[in-house]
Amino acid sequence: MNIVVCVKYVPDATADRQFEDDNTVDRVGVDGLLSELDEYAVEQALQLKEKAGDDTEVTALCIGPEKATDAVRKALQMGADKGVLVTDDAIAGSDYAATSLVLAEAVKKIGTPDIVMCGMASTDASGSVVPAMLAERLGLPQVTFASVIETQGDQVRIKRDDDTATVVVGATMPLVMSVTDQTGEARYPSFKGIMAAKKKPMENWTLADLGVDAELVGLTAAWTEVDETSARPPRTAGEIVTDEEGSGATALAEFLASKKFI
Amino acid sequence: MSEVLVVVDAVDGAIRKPTLELLALAKKLGDPSAVYFGANDSAVTDKLKAYGAEKIYVVDDAEIKGYLVAPKAEALQQLVEQASPTAVLVVSSYEGKEIAGRLAIKIDSGVITDAVDIEDGGVATQSVFAGNFTVKGKVTKGTPIITVKPNSASPEETAGAGTVEEFAATISDAAKTAKIVASQPRKATGRPELTEAAIVVSGGRGTGGDFDAVEGLADALGAAVGASRAAVDSGWKPHSFQVGQTGKTVSPQLYVANGISGAIQHRAGMQTSKTIVAVNKDEEAPIFELVDFGVVGDLHKVLPAVTDEVTKRKG
Ligand SMILES: Cc1cc2nc3c(=O)[nH]c(=O)nc-3n(C[C@H](O)[C@H](O)[C@H](O)COP(=O)(O)OP(=O)(O)OC[C@H]3O[C@@H](n4cnc5c(N)ncnc54)[C@H](O)[C@@H]3O)c2cc1C
Ligand SMILES: Nc1ncnc2c1ncn2[C@@H]1O[C@H](COP(=O)(O)O)[C@@H](O)[C@H]1O
Repeated sequence: MNIVVCVKYVPDATADRQFEDDNTVDRVGVDGLLSELDEYAVEQALQLKEKAGDDTEVTALCIGPEKATDAVRKALQMGADKGVLVTDDAIAGSDYAATSLVLAEAVKKIGTPDIVMCGMASTDASGSVVPAMLAERLGLPQVTFASVIETQGDQVRIKRDDDTATVVVGATMPLVMSVTDQTGEARYPSFKGIMAAKKKPMENWTLADLGVDAELVGLTAAWTEVDETSARPPRTAGEIVTDEEGSGATALAEFLASKKFI
Repeated sequence: MSEVLVVVDAVDGAIRKPTLELLALAKKLGDPSAVYFGANDSAVTDKLKAYGAEKIYVVDDAEIKGYLVAPKAEALQQLVEQASPTAVLVVSSYEGKEIAGRLAIKIDSGVITDAVDIEDGGVATQSVFAGNFTVKGKVTKGTPIITVKPNSASPEETAGAGTVEEFAATISDAAKTAKIVASQPRKATGRPELTEAAIVVSGGRGTGGDFDAVEGLADALGAAVGASRAAVDSGWKPHSFQVGQTGKTVSPQLYVANGISGAIQHRAGMQTSKTIVAVNKDEEAPIFELVDFGVVGDLHKVLPAVTDEVTKRKG
């Protein structure tokens, strides 16, 4: 079986994330890493590999700047077999449409896999649209937002918590899958994994390698534009009281009443 | 004026509130045309009309409802080709976002996700980076597709013409590949819907698994109950209660966080609440950086006393 897992390199969510003057996400000033939500995708890909046996190959695929090698390397350290990073100056500032286009072409070049695995959302854009766009572009079924995955041969069933119902979705491979953080903790790279990753194959592709026209991607070709970004004003420091024998409850009730909540 | 397609979110013919909010927003961009997947039912069309739909496309869902996302996107593509709308508005749910994503590729159009407001000209406001930034942007190519978060506008009860038109979509076999094998409707909690509630009272790991105090206060205030991921991961509450990056985003008038430390992923789902209150026994807990009012104390002692007080004052 072949699994391609799409991993994004994002600014650390716990750091002070910013925008550049051109309103693109600052990917230089803040340390980047493998999007936490994509760790769950790597984990599920590895678990499927462990279940299916050793002839399964997991390829970690990332579109991003050169520094995004870090994200691919982390996936290799966790246990992925191969890495592919697509880097090209022309890609900078791409929106969902262009990202999904480049991902789709890269997936095709890798050789259409049995499963294209994604995270439920990137932690920077949090659009949750790239997996559906990929499925559309590749003409594959989508089984997305999976919280539980079951496979039997080429049959896949997932559990998905929609707003109003929990549904079970079934499809036949090849397909696009995305997984939520309900699928279970992702493994940490072991020392052995870290050492082994150094010897794993890692390819760097450009748009030319994929035959993608540079005019179709990047900030100027984007189908959306950001006109304005502004930091949310910091919340003004509130009042904090320490509860002593019921005083906290009385003060809180007073506060709620003063704000007309009671 | 030209049409704005509003994709109706309904369960068994019951229209959910975010759809009514979309109809109100759609009026800023053109004439709202609701797109309903299901049988032609006057209970549904009357309500859409009452909230401003000028036109209502009823799309028979016999070949749609058994499959995930793709058939709806296909039907919408055909409708967009017929109606040439100025925009397509969808609710920001898992399904809504994915319909938007597929449709965007089909009709070569830009998509904006998780808008919290839309102004004239289609300028959409988003709240990003865990609510730390506000961003305004627009679609520059094709027919703008915008997914809108619940609670982003108030429904307006001003009737539209409500002309009903049945639309026959052709669904390809290729769109019918992800089958819905089973569906278990969510149990009603008897409390307001988390994303729609004016007040949300949440509990975290600090509840120790005992949500009685949290639920008691929620009921006294007529609030919805939320939970941190730690509480959900511990199995104390189902995932549908989770507030945060990988749960629901809420933006109520009042958010009360109890036994919740205030991790960035939790903040991402509640930071834009109008008023924030926290009860936590650790005065160093990061949640206190956000609060309008905080109590350093044991939630199992503080909350029941507040609940009594609220009940007394409400008489
Ligand atoms: C990819 C990813 C996605 C995530 N998504 C989410 C998400 O959507 N939502 C979310 O909430 N989290 C999310 N998290 C987890 C998040 O990082 C935190 O781990 C989580 O929010 C912590 O929950 P908590 O505050 O309940 O628990 P803790 O951080 O353990 O805090 C418990 C708090 O309770 C207090 N306390 C203990 N006993 C009492 C008492 N008797 N009375 C009063 N206070 C008490 C403690 O002082 C402490 O501050 C995510 C994490 C990752 C990596
Ligand atoms: N630049 C990228 N490189 C690799 N995978 C990506 C990239 N952008 C998005 N993805 C994948 O698509 C998922 C959803 O992303 P998004 O739609 O941006 O929220 C992520 O969890 C990744 O699996």
